[in-house]
Amino acid sequence: MPEVMDKTLLSVEDLKVHYEVGGRFGTRIGAKTLRAVDGVTLDVKPGECLGLVGESGCGKSTLALAIMGLVTPTSGRINVAGQEIGKSHKPDREAMARTVQMVFQDPYASLNPRQTVHRTLADPLRLHGVDNKTEVEHRVAEMLAKVGLRPEHAGRYPHEFSGGQRQRIGIARALILGPRLVICDEPVSALDVSIRAQIINLLLDLKDQLNLAYIMISHDLGVVEHMSDRVAVMYLGRLVETGQWKEIFENPRHPYTRALIASIPDPFLPATLASQKARGEIASALNPPPGCHFHPRCPMKQDRCVGEAPALRTMGSGHDAACHFA
Amino acid sequence: MTDSPLLAVDNLRIDIGGGKERHAAVEDVSFSIARGETFGLVGESGCGKSITALSIMGLLRHPLSLGSGSSIVLDGQPIHNASAAEMRSLRGRRIGMIFQEPMTALNPLSPVGRQIAEMFVLHMGMGWKEATERAVDSLRQVRVPSPERRVHDYPHQLSGGMRQRVMIAIALACSPDMLIADEPTTALDVTVQAEIVDLMRDLCAEKGTAILMISHDLGLVAQVCRRVAVMYAGRIVEQRASAEVFKDPRHPYTRGLLASLPRLGARSQHGRQRLNEISGVVPAVSAFPRGCRFNPRCGARTDICTIEDPQTTPLDGGQGLVRCHHA
Amino acid sequence: MKWGTNLWVGGGLVGVSILVGVFADVIQLADPVTSANLMNAEIPPGREFPFGTDAQGRDIYSRIVHGARISLTVGLVSQIANSIIGVTLGLTAGYWGGWWDDFVSGLTNLMLAIPSLIFALAIMAILGPGLVSLLIALGLTNWSYSCRIARAQVLSLKSQGYIQAARILGYGDLRIMFTQLLPNMLGPLIVMATLGMGGAILAEAALSFLGLGIRPPYPSWGSMLSDAREQINTAPWLSVFPGLAIFLTVLGLNLLGDGLRDILDPQSKERTA
Repeated sequence: MPEVMDKTLLSVEDLKVHYEVGGRFGTRIGAKTLRAVDGVTLDVKPGECLGLVGESGCGKSTLALAIMGLVTPTSGRINVAGQEIGKSHKPDREAMARTVQMVFQDPYASLNPRQTVHRTLADPLRLHGVDNKTEVEHRVAEMLAKVGLRPEHAGRYPHEFSGGQRQRIGIARALILGPRLVICDEPVSALDVSIRAQIINLLLDLKDQLNLAYIMISHDLGVVEHMSDRVAVMYLGRLVETGQWKEIFENPRHPYTRALIASIPDPFLPATLASQKARGEIASALNPPPGCHFHPRCPMKQDRCVGEAPALRTMGSGHDAACHFA
Repeated sequence: MTDSPLLAVDNLRIDIGGGKERHAAVEDVSFSIARGETFGLVGESGCGKSITALSIMGLLRHPLSLGSGSSIVLDGQPIHNASAAEMRSLRGRRIGMIFQEPMTALNPLSPVGRQIAEMFVLHMGMGWKEATERAVDSLRQVRVPSPERRVHDYPHQLSGGMRQRVMIAIALACSPDMLIADEPTTALDVTVQAEIVDLMRDLCAEKGTAILMISHDLGLVAQVCRRVAVMYAGRIVEQRASAEVFKDPRHPYTRGLLASLPRLGARSQHGRQRLNEISGVVPAVSAFPRGCRFNPRCGARTDICTIEDPQTTPLDGGQGLVRCHHA
Repeated sequence: MKWGTNLWVGGGLVGVSILVGVFADVIQLADPVTSANLMNAEIPPGREFPFGTDAQGRDIYSRIVHGARISLTVGLVSQIANSIIGVTLGLTAGYWGGWWDDFVSGLTNLMLAIPSLIFALAIMAILGPGLVSLLIALGLTNWSYSCRIARAQVLSLKSQGYIQAARILGYGDLRIMFTQLLPNMLGPLIVMATLGMGGAILAEAALSFLGLGIRPPYPSWGSMLSDAREQINTAPWLSVFPGLAIFLTVLGLNLLGDGLRDILDPQSKERTA
């Protein structure tokens, strides 16, 4: 569909998802606000892979849930292929399901142990109104072939498969309704190292074949660099840097992005990068540091970083970073 | 200083199960570690790397057992047939250990300072007062901020990275000869992992402690260890200096593994290239294939690979070895 | 798969009581109610009356055989009622959470704090004795255990990827509960229900013993025990055989529950499908 190539498939504007935690007796007494996602703006074009990088507690999972319409935003808006999600816009779950799907990290917990592969794939089709039995069979068989499983696998239960095969089933389930955006949540990190390449190649092939857009959530920067067209880096609920993959990896501007790259255990990493590691630990999202959230760990910290939160500033074509000194 | 290695593992076999259901989960594994040396065992889940470490610590439990003919010698003293009591006194005093999930390895009901101090009391005969002071020093050494306050904290009050620091403090409390680290950073975030790895390496270098590190991450092991052994299906398939393995891997498995991972910077240099896939799956212990254990997944397989078990071939002038018919 | 002796012995005992209950009309020697004949009163076990006769001269063997029918009906029906109530409440409470969960948890704790037999007694006192009121009383008083188990199961399963995947695929809440959650929590619930059946049979015996259960002359093991308590010294067989019947059936159910737990335990889930 070349005429829609330039339209955005997903746009997220100033999205905030806050939770009240620790309130007693159903009230807000003693409650704290967890700013899981705190003002994120990003977009994804059809057929594009956006790498979303960040460590635990950075809010990437909450962001993913919000995009799928499974958590209600506190403020801001999300538009997925023309459907609005907002504080007062409850999305139509069935329509969302045909637009956005997800591939999970753990291939063992993400398949129902009491359902055959066939049922896992056929049930959603029936639920979404494909009543014709031959069409259901046809689409299930076609999907199995697409993800590299054999037709006789359809009658088996998840425990009969290896981790890599289970992940293929998980991918098939995500694609069976023909979504346009697939959120991949660490799709290879739970797999054996020698199996990962199979799944990465499969995801890239399917992206080209079906013109899928991905949001690739991962902490493995090697995988992100390999797969992404653009990359967004999150830290404690905020985006700290976004840009084309080449810009982010060759010319990272935010010290956190540099620290992430420096943390990659690779003996052939250039020495200049290896010296830019971060100190200390990630703060709790319940009690983030004032100003720039990264300042307690930053090697370039100045007084200004404590008092003033930096906004995303453009660093060049499509490359933004939120640092006073970038 | 003597020339004899600190740890010599020779012809190690670890059986799983018994009777008809007995299988060798680890077989014909030999390596040695010199004083102060850093050595890594790398492999995927089920390759036998973790149980190899357990066997060195004397922690094999049913259904695992040490096969006959296996020899483990620590500092000239055989420990493969040591009694439970002997092993207990060895662990902590001469061999320190850290594990993947520090939360399960720490006692949740005891303050971390007390758990460190316990090592001094138990193994060095100190009084509790002195030991507690030493615990504060230990926490300072592992770069825990404000250690005087932290000694009173319980494990659940600390973050994952802090808990792993405490584990390192406990493991290194008695300045052991060797630290065994089994996937020490797998549960941690990447930036924290980098810090913990640096800390572990620096402290051990300072104290002259040898490291045996176990991980599925070849890059991580290469960063910490001078030498590395790659394990597949219960055997060492390649054992060399880390830099050599990265530069010029010789076993098809090692080569495939390195080529299958997207390396940072590769796309900038060469554009996006299709990753090299290793077909098939890691075999289960009960179904190790005949001949070379990698042969069903190997691209360079010939007839001999399916029939005959390859012997080790020396590499790098006797410094390394590879187990392949075609290397 | 290894099937433990618990399962075999328990299953055997329960199987025998079910067969006896089902074929009571065939294997009886005399009618359990109408065969009263004072000429035959309190005859010890012998060739003509294998378990002896009671004070009205009725054959105890035939009464026990028919008692099995009542005991098993009470156990089964009341446990089905308990399971339906408990699972529905626990499933919805665990899945939806919020005020509904608070409410259900509160109610569960309240039920657990009241001795269930006393509660059943109160219900019986209102409804009056009889089989139907017995079923209502026992069916309403023991759901808190299955409710708790169902809720705990849901809480641990809810975070599994396949439940999330079902939501993302657009499954409705009820569909998720019944097609995704319920099949994966049946194991512990079946164990619970089996053990609960034993409890219900004992409760029926206790209530009948107190005169609030099955009304004479219909034979229930509890009411037979109750009738026999005056003659425990002079005619011990009046109490021994109903007592044995209760003991063996409840033992069987408990063993069966344990055995089922062994094979349905999630850790031994090497199922061949």
